[in-house]
Amino acid sequence: MAIFNMSAPRTLYEKIWDAHVVAQRDDGTCLVFIDRHLVHEVTSPQAFAGLKANGRRVRRPDLTLAVPDHNLPTTPRLDAGGRPIPIADSESAAQLAALEANVAEFGVPYIPATDVRQGIVHVIGPEQGFTLPGLTMVCGDSHTAAHGALGALAFGIGTSEVEHVLGTQTLWLAPSKTMAVEVNGDLPPGVTPKDVVLHIIGTIGTAGGTGHVIEFMGSTIRAMSIEGRLTVSNMAIEGGARAGLIAPDETTFAYLKGRPMAPQGAAWDAAVDYWRTLPSDAGARFDRHVRIDAADIAPSVTWGTSPEDVVPITGAVPDPASFADPSKQEAAQKSLDYMGLTPGTPMAEVEVQNIFIGSCTNSRIEDLRAAAAVLHGRRKADNVRWAIVVPGSGLVKRQAEEEGLDRIFTEAGFEWREPGCSACLGMNPDKVPAGERCASTSNRNFVGRQGPGSRTHLLSPAMAAAAAVTGRLTDVRELAR
Amino acid sequence: MTPVSTISGGAIPWGAKNVDTDIIIPARWLKTVSREGLGKGAFESVRASQGNVIDAGVAAGASILIAGDNFGCGSSREHAAWAMLDLGLTAVIAPSFSDIFSGNAFKNGLLAVELPQEAIDRLMVVAGEGQPVTIDLENQVVTTPYQDRFTFHIDPFRKMCLMQGLDEIGLTLAEGNAINAYEARRGAAEPWLVPTGAA
Ligand code: SF4
Repeated sequence: MAIFNMSAPRTLYEKIWDAHVVAQRDDGTCLVFIDRHLVHEVTSPQAFAGLKANGRRVRRPDLTLAVPDHNLPTTPRLDAGGRPIPIADSESAAQLAALEANVAEFGVPYIPATDVRQGIVHVIGPEQGFTLPGLTMVCGDSHTAAHGALGALAFGIGTSEVEHVLGTQTLWLAPSKTMAVEVNGDLPPGVTPKDVVLHIIGTIGTAGGTGHVIEFMGSTIRAMSIEGRLTVSNMAIEGGARAGLIAPDETTFAYLKGRPMAPQGAAWDAAVDYWRTLPSDAGARFDRHVRIDAADIAPSVTWGTSPEDVVPITGAVPDPASFADPSKQEAAQKSLDYMGLTPGTPMAEVEVQNIFIGSCTNSRIEDLRAAAAVLHGRRKADNVRWAIVVPGSGLVKRQAEEEGLDRIFTEAGFEWREPGCSACLGMNPDKVPAGERCASTSNRNFVGRQGPGSRTHLLSPAMAAAAAVTGRLTDVRELAR
Repeated sequence: MTPVSTISGGAIPWGAKNVDTDIIIPARWLKTVSREGLGKGAFESVRASQGNVIDAGVAAGASILIAGDNFGCGSSREHAAWAMLDLGLTAVIAPSFSDIFSGNAFKNGLLAVELPQEAIDRLMVVAGEGQPVTIDLENQVVTTPYQDRFTFHIDPFRKMCLMQGLDEIGLTLAEGNAINAYEARRGAAEPWLVPTGAA
């Protein structure tokens, strides 16, 4: 059912939307079909309980995939004899047990904690080929936006919506506005997709995309690998947008071909033919259009408690008085108090005690390679108390071990862990102590995000590795060899 | 869901902007399999800090929270709405809400009312004096004992569901024929729709 004008040029977002409308209410709200649903242990137990209480079933288990990730410890999961090691924390154990009981009762496909394919929902979706262009996709986690990197309309939902999708395979949604973020040009040396997205959020602000779906475009985005695009789209939500999108192209098709859950044979060919029709038409209108020159982007870090608090590593902690908006001044002052930073301090003088390389933003193989390239033959500084690498999935972990990256990390003084969300959200035992700083490749630097009182500086994997080597936030270009 | 019509009572004059869901309920409280009991962890860091605006003084026993722009941003955790309800809050008034939070609030019968900043400023004063605030959902108006009258907009469908306490999944399942027809059509046209070799 087409909602947008089919005879006028349409955006990628509008094409996907039109292909998924099941019904429409008078007020314009649409019943949208959901093609893929990722389920994890933290936001699903109450949804399954709701289904049970009403005697309902999961309508399309075949379009659903469950995996534990948020709350799992990242310590070894099997003992020397190959038996599962029980989770020490009783609440975490109960949550995992609830997921296992629910997937069994409702017949939902499941990747167990001890399976090599287990990992962070947003890492395994693309990796397994569960994520495809042109699909609608949801998960009870706001960084579902990541899957937009492959041209899927993907967004985070709450637990009642999880229950609604499980029960009906649909959601009632109002169409979003569209925003184009166009980045053009070659990235300067040392600048990575993480720096690009931090720079974008610093430019548009955390509310810049509210009510919009952002389509990332331009030659810089086109030149990125799928893994780089996943990093960018992942953080669309930090710019306030409901979802991020990147038009599928040959890079996308090459990435997906042969993945276990991707179509095969004639179905693959038909799918690719369809996917080629998806990119925004020439002349399609966006409600907002932002243009960024890649040459203006530097290796970036955050100084505050909002992802928009971004400066180049060559910059300094800003003076709250330098912001025009009085409410922004107040927020900046609060951030600095929490972060324990003084205006004017060069970012490269800020010492860090913890390093976290992981999360659905930066835990894929290219991220680990980039960090390992900086760490090779080096060791973490003495003031770095805790440095940890948490691969995004068991398959990423295995690949990294085949390439010898785990040795580079452990020889540099890092801990090499099992896959999961880990210190990204400080829910399992991996936390940053109060008052200490963490150079983190994750996506949120909120107050207390990595543990009560923790101070987070967001940056790229290469920059996190550089910070580990020097014990302070560091311009990775200084360590170039 | 319990029907919602008029909410009247004390209001917490907080006014903070960009309150994220990590502030509303920190992640360590998310290890639960139930919707109840999260009030204990609600606004934990705010309540632990000096001058506890959430429980102290005029805020004690309040049923309405007054906040600033972009309330409920960040993580999609619905635990934020459950925690607020468990704390005894039944409505929150702010100039704007994150999309995900307002959806979660609605689905749990927590009323999220959008009013312009000037109205918020005025309500902060009224609430600060310990005077009650009334939200009349049917007439879409917020009033105070001082004759203040602020009308607000709410999606008509959401209003109907809230006022009648309707179960949204039940409503959607009534569209079963449309969903069946849609599935049949897409399934035939797009044979790649179902993932191969699922777990
Ligand atoms: S790694 Fe962090 S952001 Fe990503 S899914 Fe896990 S908790 Fe969410």
